[in-house]
Amino acid sequence: MSEKKAMRLELLALTKAYPGCIANDSVSLQVEPGEIHALLGENGAGKSTLMKMIYGVVKPDAGQMLWNDKEVSISGPAHARQLGMGMVFQHFSLFETLTVTENIALYLTPAEYGNLERLRERIIAVGDEYGLAINPDRLVHSLSVGEQQRVEIIRCLLQDIQLLILDEPTAVLTPPEVAQLIAVLKKLARKGCSILFISHKLHEVNALCDKATILRGGKVTGTCVPSETSPTQMARLMLGDELELQDSMPAGSAGECLLALDKITVKPRDAFAIHLQDIQLQLHAGEILGLAGVAGNGQDELVDLINGELRSDSGSLLLGGKDISQLGVQQRRRLGMGVVPADRIGRGALGNMSLTENNLLTGYINQSGKFGWLNWPLLKNRATDIIAKYKVKATGADASAKSLSGGNLQKFIIGREILQNPKVLVCFHPTWGVDVGAANLIHQELIKLRDKGTAILVISEDLDELYLLADRLGALCGGRLSPLAPKAEVPLGQLGQWMTGNFGSHLADNTAAEVAHAH
Amino acid sequence: MRIEKRLQDSRAMMYLSPLLALLLTLVSGALLFALLGRPPLGSLYTFFIAPISDLYGLSELAVKVTPLLLCAIGLTLCFKAKIWNIGAEGQFVFGALIGGAVTLQLADSEGFWVLPVIIASGALAGLVWAGIAALLLTRFNANEILTTIMLNYIAVNLLLWGVHGPLKDPEGLNFPESALFASQTLLPVLFEDYRVSIAIFIALFMLLVIWVVLTRTLLGFQLRVMGENHNAARFAGFNGKKLIWLLLLFSGAMAGIAAISETNGPVGQLIPTLSLGYGYAAIIVVFMGRMHPLGILLASCLLGLTYLGGEMTQIDQGLPKSITGLFQGMLLFYLLACDLLISYRLVPGSNQTIKEHKV
Amino acid sequence: MDIGMFENILFAMVRTGTPLLLVALGAMMSERAGVLNLGQEGMILVGAACGFIAAYAGSSLGWGVLAAVISGVVVSLLFAFIALTLISNQVATGLALTIFGTGLSAFLGAGYVGQTITGFNTVKIPLLGDIPLIGKALFEQDLLVYLAFALFAAVFVVMRYTRLGLIIRAVGENPDVAHALGYKVMRVRYGAVMFGGAMAGLAGAYLSLAYTPMWSEGIAAGRGWIALALVVFASWRTERILLGAWLFGFASILHLLLQGYGYEISPNLLAMLPYVVTIVVLVLMMYRQQNQGLFAPRSLGQPWHSPK
Repeated sequence: MSEKKAMRLELLALTKAYPGCIANDSVSLQVEPGEIHALLGENGAGKSTLMKMIYGVVKPDAGQMLWNDKEVSISGPAHARQLGMGMVFQHFSLFETLTVTENIALYLTPAEYGNLERLRERIIAVGDEYGLAINPDRLVHSLSVGEQQRVEIIRCLLQDIQLLILDEPTAVLTPPEVAQLIAVLKKLARKGCSILFISHKLHEVNALCDKATILRGGKVTGTCVPSETSPTQMARLMLGDELELQDSMPAGSAGECLLALDKITVKPRDAFAIHLQDIQLQLHAGEILGLAGVAGNGQDELVDLINGELRSDSGSLLLGGKDISQLGVQQRRRLGMGVVPADRIGRGALGNMSLTENNLLTGYINQSGKFGWLNWPLLKNRATDIIAKYKVKATGADASAKSLSGGNLQKFIIGREILQNPKVLVCFHPTWGVDVGAANLIHQELIKLRDKGTAILVISEDLDELYLLADRLGALCGGRLSPLAPKAEVPLGQLGQWMTGNFGSHLADNTAAEVAHAH
Repeated sequence: MRIEKRLQDSRAMMYLSPLLALLLTLVSGALLFALLGRPPLGSLYTFFIAPISDLYGLSELAVKVTPLLLCAIGLTLCFKAKIWNIGAEGQFVFGALIGGAVTLQLADSEGFWVLPVIIASGALAGLVWAGIAALLLTRFNANEILTTIMLNYIAVNLLLWGVHGPLKDPEGLNFPESALFASQTLLPVLFEDYRVSIAIFIALFMLLVIWVVLTRTLLGFQLRVMGENHNAARFAGFNGKKLIWLLLLFSGAMAGIAAISETNGPVGQLIPTLSLGYGYAAIIVVFMGRMHPLGILLASCLLGLTYLGGEMTQIDQGLPKSITGLFQGMLLFYLLACDLLISYRLVPGSNQTIKEHKV
Repeated sequence: MDIGMFENILFAMVRTGTPLLLVALGAMMSERAGVLNLGQEGMILVGAACGFIAAYAGSSLGWGVLAAVISGVVVSLLFAFIALTLISNQVATGLALTIFGTGLSAFLGAGYVGQTITGFNTVKIPLLGDIPLIGKALFEQDLLVYLAFALFAAVFVVMRYTRLGLIIRAVGENPDVAHALGYKVMRVRYGAVMFGGAMAGLAGAYLSLAYTPMWSEGIAAGRGWIALALVVFASWRTERILLGAWLFGFASILHLLLQGYGYEISPNLLAMLPYVVTIVVLVLMMYRQQNQGLFAPRSLGQPWHSPK
C-alpha cells in the first residue's frame, strides 16, 4: 500500500468550453510542494484558460481543484492570493504612472503591509535576498520590461507564497535575464514554494523544470520529466504528428541594396520614447534581416521611422537608391514599402471594419480610382482573394476583423501586404500570439516572398523565429544597433550579448564589412 | 440580468435603437404631462402631431429642418472622424453676425449676385470661426470640445455686442435688434404664404454630396478610419491634420449657411436670440440619425418637431417652452442607453463570467 | 491703486472663483477615476434651480443648499448609469446631460424667474479677517466659500495621502488591472461621479443663493465648461485647481478693475474675457502637455466593461 504524495495543487478533469470551441478538455495536473512544474503548449493550446481557472478569473464548467489536498472553489484572484498563490502575468498588471511601492501596496491589503514606509523597506529587503534589486520609488513606466517583471515577482514574494504561477515569463527577457530568472526560481523552489511555469519554449523548460504537463488543443497529451525526455518527443507531444515544422529554412541569396539607413538619429519625441542613435543598416533584395531585442529598445521608433510616421533628425534613408527621408507614408508605399505593424488590432487593422475595408487600409495606394473613387466590388474580390490564398478562417470578406482569431487576422494582414508586391517588407512581431499552424504558414510565405526578390526586415522577440528565418542577424538595445552578421556567425550567446548592449569588438570588424558591402 | 458582449455588432439594433429611444421618450413625456396634471395622450398629440397636422405646419417643419440638417451635415463628417465639434452653435451665430452685417450693407443693392454673396459671406464666417478651433487643435493640440464651446460663448457675446452697438437699428426704438433686412436680401420662399425657402434644397443637395463622399470615396474612408483609431490612420498614411482642417472648415461653412437660412429667412433680422440651440440640437440629430445621411434627415424632422411641439404646448397647455430642451435631452439619453444593445446583449443570470470568444 | 481697491479685487476674485473651484474639484475626481463628465453645466443649472426653489419655498437657505446638492447627485447618477453601467460614449452622454439639465432647470425654474430671496451674507472671522491685503478675501466671505475651502483641503488630503486616493488613481490609470487586482472599478467610478454631481450642485447653490440670490436660465454662463478647462489647466492636480479657479475668477471680474480705472468698454466685449482667457490658457497647457505625455489619467473617457 503506497501512500499518496501530498500535492500542493491538483487539477482533476478541469473543463472549460466557450461557444465554438473547448478551451480545456478534462485537464488533469499535479504539482508537488517545492516542485517546478512546466505547463507546455503552443499558442492556442489552452494554457491561458487553464491558468485563468487556477487563478480564479474564470470558473470551470466541470472538474475539481485541490489545494493542499483539500477541494477548493476559487472565487476570484483575491481568494487565490489568500490561499497562497501568486501570479506573474504575461501582460503586466501594473499601474505605469504609480511608483513601485504604490503598485505593490495596491496588490496587497493594508493589513498585509502596514504603512508605505515599512513596505518600502520590505521591498528592498526581498529584492536583495533574491537578487531582484529594484528602486521602490521609481515610476513603473520608467522601468525596463525586465525590471517590471521583477516588481511582479517581488510583490508575490511579499506574501506567504506557496505557489508561484508565471505566464510566459521569458518572452520579454534577454538571455542573461532569463538565466537570472531561472536562478531566482530555483532558489524559491528550494524554500518549498511550488512553481508553475507556463511556456512554449522547450529549452528553457529543460533547463529549469522538474516535471512538465503538455497541452495540445485543450487536452493533456502527456506528462514527462524533461531531463529524461528527448526534445523531439516533447515537441511531438506539443505539436502533434501531422505538423511538419521546419527547423530550418533554405538560405537566401542577397542582391542589390534596397533599403539603406545611414547614420540615422531620432531624438525622443516624448517622455516614453527611445533615442535612436547612429543607426547603420543595409537591407538587400532576396535576404531576411532579423533584429532581436526586448520591447522598449527602439523597435517602435525604428519601424515608425521606416514607415514614415517619424522623421529622422539626422542621417539619410534610401529606398531603392532614392532618398525618402522627406517623403510621407503614402509616398513610401507607392515606392514599394510594406509594413506589418506589431499591433494587429488598432494599427494594422481596424476591429470594427470588414476585411474588405481592412484591405483598403494599405491597399488604397493602387486600388482606388481617380479622385479617390472606390470600387467596392473590386475591393471585395481582392479581400476574398487574400482569404483564400492565405487560408484565413473567416466567414467572408464582410466579416469584421475583430471576429477573427489572432492567427487568422495576422495571416490576412501579411497576405494583404504580400499581394501588393512590396520591394521592402518590414515585419514587426509577425507571429506574436499566433497559433502554430498560422505561424508556420506565415514563415513559409515570408521565405517565398524573399525568394521572389523582396528585402525583408523581421523585428521580433522570438529568437527561435529569428534563427529560423533570418539570413543575417543583429539586435537593438537602448536605441543602438548592434553589428549585423550572417546567422552562422551569431550563436545565441553572441546575440544575447548584443541584446544587452555589449556590442564588443565585433563592432569594428562588422562596420567595416557593412561599409565595404555597400560600395 | 447581466451584460454580455456580442461577437459582432448587431445591425438590427443600430436601426432599432433610435426608434426604441423615441418610444421611451414618448412614454416619459406622457408620464411627465400626467405629473403636471395635463392629459398625457392629449399633450403628446399637441406636442408631436398637432404641429404638423396641416400644410402650414409641414412647411414650418421644413423651416426648422433646414438649419438643423445643414448643421448636422457638417457635424456628421466631424463626428464620424471623432472630431468633437461642439461649436456649431458659435459657428452659426458668427455666420449670422457677419452675414447680417453684409446684408445690411447690401440693403440698397439689386442684382442676382446679392444673395449668393450673402450666403457665401455667412459660410465664410462660419468657416473662419471653425478654423480657429482647427488651428488650435492641429497646431497646439488643444482639445476641440473645450475650444469650440468657449468660441460659442464668445460668438454669442459678439452678436450681443453687434446688436447692442454697431448693428443696432437706428430707427428701432433702441431695441437690441438690427434693422429688418431688405426684401431682396431675403431667401426666396418656395410658396407664397409659407415660410420654407430655397435653403431646404441647398440642405438636401449637400446631404447627397456627403452621402457620396462617405460611401464611395477614399476621403470618406479616411475619416472613418480616423474615427476608429488615430494610430491606424497614421499608419496607413492618412494626413490627420489635413482631415481635421477640412472637416472643421466644412462644418463651419455649413453652420454659416444654416445661419443665413434663418436670418435671411423666417427671422429677417439680427436679434439676440437668433439660435434656439440649433447647434446643440444638431448634435442630437447626428446621434439619432446614426451618422447616416438618411438617418440624419429623419432625425432633423424629429428634432424640428420638438421645437414646434414646444411652442404649441406652450400656447395650448401653458407649459414653459423649455419643455423642448427636456424632450431633446431625453431623446439623447435614451438613445445612448439603448445603444448598449448594439454591442452587448442582456442575458438573464448573475454577474459571473462574461463570455467573449472569437472564431 | 489703493489698498482698499486691491482688497476688493481679491475679495471678488475669491468669490467669483468659488463655483469654479467646486465644480473643478468634482470634475477632477471624476476624471482621476477615468470618467469624463461633460455634463457639468447641466448639473450646475439643476442644482441652482432646485436650490433656489427649495430655499424660496421653504424660506431656508439650508434646505436650499441640501436640495441643490441632492439634485446634483441625482442627475449625475443618470449620467453614471448610462455612461458606466450601459457603457455609452462618455462625450455624448455628458452633452446629453448638459442639454437635459439646461432644459430641466429652465422648466423647473420657469415660475421663479424674477423672484428674489435673501441670500448668504458674509461672515467675518474675527482677527483673521483684519489681516491687511488678504484678510477680507480669505476670512470675510460667506459660509459656502468657507465650505469650498474645506472641501478643497479634504480633496487634497484624500488624493495625496490616503489609500482611497491611490485606488482612485489606479482605477483611472488602468481599470483592467484594477479589476484584476480585485478593486470594484464601477463602485469607485460611481462614487467619483456622484461626488462631482454634489460639487456641481453645490456650485449651483452658490450661484443662486449667494453670488446673485436669484434664478435665471443663464446663471451658469458656461462655468461648467470653464471648470472642465480648469482641470486640464491644473494637469489634474488638486493644488493647481485652486490657483486656476482664482485666475479665472480674476478674468471674470477684470471689467471691475478696468472700470475702476475709468475705462469704458462695452460690457458684451468684456463678458468675453473669461472665455478668451480659458482658450489661451488651455492652448498653452495642452501644447506643453503633449510633449510631456504624462498628465491625463490614461483611461479617461474610455468606455469600460468588466471583463471578469
